[in-house]
Amino acid sequence: MLALPEPKADILARRDEIVAGLRAILPASGVITEPLRLKPYETDGLPAYRQIPLAVALPETTEQVAAVLKLCHSIGVRVIPRGAGTSLSGGATPLADAVVLGLMRMNRILEIDYADRCATVQAGVTNIGITQAVAGNGFFYAPDPSSQLACMIGGNVGMNSGGAHCLKYGVTANNLLGLTAVTIEGDILHLGGNHLDAAGYDWLGLITGSEGMLVVVTEVMVRILRGPEGARAMLAAFRSNEIAGQCVDAIIGSGIIPVALEFMDRPAIHACEAFAHAGYPLDAEAMLIIEVEGSVAEQDDLLDRIKRLCEPFEPLSMRVSQSPEESLAIWKGRKGAFGAVGRISPDYMCMDGTIPTSRLPEVLRRIGEMSDQYGLKVANIFHAGDGNLHPLVMFDANDPDSFHRAEAFGADILKLCVEVGGCLTGEHGVGLEKRDLMRFQFSEPELERQRRLKDAFDPAWLLNPAKVFPLQDKPRQAA
Amino acid sequence: MSAPATEAALAEAIADAYAAKEPVLVQGAGTKHGMLRPVQAARSLSTRNLSGITLYAPKELVISARAGTPITEIKAALAEHGQHLTAEPPDLSDLLGVPGNQTLGGIVATNLSGPRRIVAGAMRDQILGIRAVDGTGEIFHSGGRVLKNVTGLDLCKLLSGSHGTLGIMTEITLKILPAPEQTGTLVIPGLDATAAVATLSAALGSPYGVSGAAWLPPDAAARIPELAGFNASVALMRIEEFAASVTYRTARLAQDLQPHGRAELLGDTISRSVWRSVRDVTPLTVEPGEAVWRVSVRPSAGPGILAATGLRGFLDWGGGLVWLVGDPASHPAVTAAATAAKGIWTLMHAPDSLRASADVIPPEPPVLAAIGRRVKAVMDPAGILNPGRMAAGA
Repeated sequence: MLALPEPKADILARRDEIVAGLRAILPASGVITEPLRLKPYETDGLPAYRQIPLAVALPETTEQVAAVLKLCHSIGVRVIPRGAGTSLSGGATPLADAVVLGLMRMNRILEIDYADRCATVQAGVTNIGITQAVAGNGFFYAPDPSSQLACMIGGNVGMNSGGAHCLKYGVTANNLLGLTAVTIEGDILHLGGNHLDAAGYDWLGLITGSEGMLVVVTEVMVRILRGPEGARAMLAAFRSNEIAGQCVDAIIGSGIIPVALEFMDRPAIHACEAFAHAGYPLDAEAMLIIEVEGSVAEQDDLLDRIKRLCEPFEPLSMRVSQSPEESLAIWKGRKGAFGAVGRISPDYMCMDGTIPTSRLPEVLRRIGEMSDQYGLKVANIFHAGDGNLHPLVMFDANDPDSFHRAEAFGADILKLCVEVGGCLTGEHGVGLEKRDLMRFQFSEPELERQRRLKDAFDPAWLLNPAKVFPLQDKPRQAA
Repeated sequence: MSAPATEAALAEAIADAYAAKEPVLVQGAGTKHGMLRPVQAARSLSTRNLSGITLYAPKELVISARAGTPITEIKAALAEHGQHLTAEPPDLSDLLGVPGNQTLGGIVATNLSGPRRIVAGAMRDQILGIRAVDGTGEIFHSGGRVLKNVTGLDLCKLLSGSHGTLGIMTEITLKILPAPEQTGTLVIPGLDATAAVATLSAALGSPYGVSGAAWLPPDAAARIPELAGFNASVALMRIEEFAASVTYRTARLAQDLQPHGRAELLGDTISRSVWRSVRDVTPLTVEPGEAVWRVSVRPSAGPGILAATGLRGFLDWGGGLVWLVGDPASHPAVTAAATAAKGIWTLMHAPDSLRASADVIPPEPPVLAAIGRRVKAVMDPAGILNPGRMAAGA
């Protein structure tokens, strides 16, 4: 289990004063203090870690966020920013002496401009909410994390979220134009705007993916894109992970960049097929979902090229979707992978390392060996084009031994990712989950440099302080 | 000028300057020496001897090279595998009047991107990892060599576009993509800037994946040989795809754009040449004593910037990037127009008198400036790296 810092006794003692301060800023319904109503905020998408916070504040405007932060800063209260609470890495895990600052009431779309292809929305708008707002005009917001129905754009900025289509369209950072954000002192910053690029330092780039440790994001300006004429998916099934991996290389090496290129291993295929009935090939060791875009003729042409590229690898089967419904069914299996694994195991942990794609067969083999060693099953889902690997480690949370083995297994997978030249997290963020593994990717002076950059924004370490960096004995997180 | 041949030697040179508290002018090939403000420094250092490609995995879409590697060397290596630099970085040596072969470090440190920026992201968006030396001589890394990475704070983006003031990049890893098989361009002549931007907007709002959208007034168009025959302004829209798709998409787009004017199609070779000219800003000439500005605004505001300043210029990025050339005395007018449009401006080139005395980029509000000073103090505590390059006293 990962340690959380000791709550500050002086802050706990001043709870009534802090709550009164929040009530002076926010409407009555915007301050939560009753234990039963605090319960939903005790955890996020990493439910193994739970902690009831001191209070929850639910502001509706940037000015209210500023006032809450100013209050917390003046007293020295830690603040945990939170969107929908879907973080799989514990990015929103509370602390006992912290105020959870929930942005979900800031859920308005402020401006949509099709001529300039941009939208301004509040931080609590869901990821899918942006696309839904512009879909009628044929536009979409590109990053599409699996949690897109629930997750909020403010959290996407915090974690620099990706998705299945980022090989072509990029991750959150590549689709942002501007932010309104509030410092821990309560100062409101306007960064970027509805134009491209910065003239000075790239604050937008530094803040994106900073996991709520530098500022609290309240408004987001994003690029919206016109969708393609159409899209179609195909399945290709292979006799081994190795062969499927070689096929991915052949496709990318040919100059075709499919809009999505997803890899599933045997356990993942079986779990997802039982759930989605998408006609996945159950005899295969590995399967690719390959999606292309364009007119029907262009789709035909690209899928033909891809089929020809697959053939030398002797696929067990290849199936091109014949209708939008069939494409949807193919995606339903993949997008529902978490739920599917949830049906065959009481609990699972979704890991998120990235590896050089050429190392995939070796990494999957070693994950298989670890699976035997830890006595826990694992299903692997992989954004094959960009090397982002999602092993789903299955365990039983009611069995402490099973949980500890799952944590150790997950950590070993991520260390393996770093060992082969990859990284600890491709799109979920470090959060609490991977905090203590940061030493495997960064030297102590490199971690200290990053801590000092946090100092530059938040000298007292009040914003999401127990995340990302391994806890230290002294100042900062343990203060 | 010292030009260390290894990262360790570069780190040592900076540690030495830090100990002596002596400022260092940092550059690659020096082709962008005339950008932003002049640097007064006792020492100077070039990364040009830190050269060479250190990793190229075409099937993994990554390339790493030392910071002093000439861009031409990287492009040549990529071309052998049918790949290219996605952000289409410009070669501004003609515009800035400093010939030379720009380096990878230089183009990343200035975060300059070409016409494809609107669909493929900026130069900074392609940076997967860096190794760098800070202002005390300490070596650090950020990111890595994989395409998706959110591990820790993103110092790659912090250093991109920081003009060597926060650290000296020694090695850079980039995401790359296959180069398109073919390029086609639709030209609609004779539109004024406002009508042109509406046309470009319609094209960029189409499902055909337009990857370049520019407007040149008649005098700028006349300076591109392939466009001179139009004897008019030109709105240019580019599609880069497999050959059959270029044929299909340009035809469909031309049809959709009929209400905006009759489009002519430029073929592959001519298209590539025209967009190289747009990328490198060759439609504008700079007379001695003149200044060059680069303004980024929301695309619909671009025509207003041209009109308000009355300078020679043209529009790229669908109207959102405004290049301007003219009398340095227009500086207040340019900054006022960009600010009024809620955009940003950069004084790319000017006589030293203006560069040294005026803001060359928009000053930051006090809260952000204070954060900036603290970040600078983390990365370069003695303030020795390119002092004054981006702002006076910083």
